[in-house]
Amino acid sequence: MKRRVLTLLAALLVAAAAPLHAKEAVPAADDPVAERRAVALEEGLRCLVCQNQTIAESRADLAMDLKKEIREQIKAGKSDDEIIQFMVARYGDFVLYKPPFKATTALLWAGPFALLIGGVIVLFVYLRRRRTRVAQGALSNEQRARAEALLDANEDRA
Amino acid sequence: MKRFLIPLAIFFVLVLFLAVGLRLDPRQVPSPLIDKPAPPFTLPQLDDPQRQFSQKDMLGKVWMLNVWASWCVSCREEHPVLVELSKKSIVPIYGLNYKDERKDALAWLGKLGNPYALSIMDADGRIGIDYGVYGVPETYVIDKQGVIRYKQIGPVTPEILDAKILPLVKKLQG
Repeated sequence: MKRRVLTLLAALLVAAAAPLHAKEAVPAADDPVAERRAVALEEGLRCLVCQNQTIAESRADLAMDLKKEIREQIKAGKSDDEIIQFMVARYGDFVLYKPPFKATTALLWAGPFALLIGGVIVLFVYLRRRRTRVAQGALSNEQRARAEALLDANEDRA
Repeated sequence: MKRFLIPLAIFFVLVLFLAVGLRLDPRQVPSPLIDKPAPPFTLPQLDDPQRQFSQKDMLGKVWMLNVWASWCVSCREEHPVLVELSKKSIVPIYGLNYKDERKDALAWLGKLGNPYALSIMDADGRIGIDYGVYGVPETYVIDKQGVIRYKQIGPVTPEILDAKILPLVKKLQG
């Protein structure tokens, strides 16, 4: 029993470690260099049917067709740029996992940095204000004596 | 009191962003094909595969290209809207039968009615890729110069037809 569980666990681990892009329905390119190029391209392209997967990961029908298309274009001697242009012309920038920086994507690229800078400014202002508040908030001698008396009284009770 | 005002304002801004974000449909990806010439094709007709049809045959007319398939569930939902539209003869609808079996496609039209002036078969989905099809049904409005002016992703509803497609068709026919 225990052994069977262990075997199952081992099998699961192996399955998890295997590359996530199964390509069973698409014939791999004969040339390993071309195959590597195809997989690299597929990993940068979004599958529009299941939007949070790359074409490499997806098993959707369209992803399969696009994998076939990429391999055929590589075979036909197209460069990576040409293939990416082909995809963008049809599906738009959204198909790229790394969209180009331009007017429509400026917020996407610059947004996080703008938020970070904003956060740093807020933090800086807050710390400066707190420093002056602490400096102003120093106790007078009477106040300190009263505070000590109160604390002592408290301790006695405990 | 004032110290709560700023976090509260930030909170409401975030809620606003979230509310807008929830209303956006991630499936509605803007098509780069709008205002571009319709990608060329020459495909066999569904009724008679011996005969071919090309987007060039439609130059000089405003027309709709509807991508459909017998295996597509939303197409079934959309179909009565197209049948109704075809009866009014405002704009010709051409069907791009996408990755389908001819037999199934013909049976489907036989059963549910045929709103198409004619359908063409894109059996391997090659032309679908050129048109950036990713969620059948999709509908394109193409003008007299053969330029794509509108793309509907997902089923055409009577609301979309009245609000967007028909006014555009009228303007293009002008």
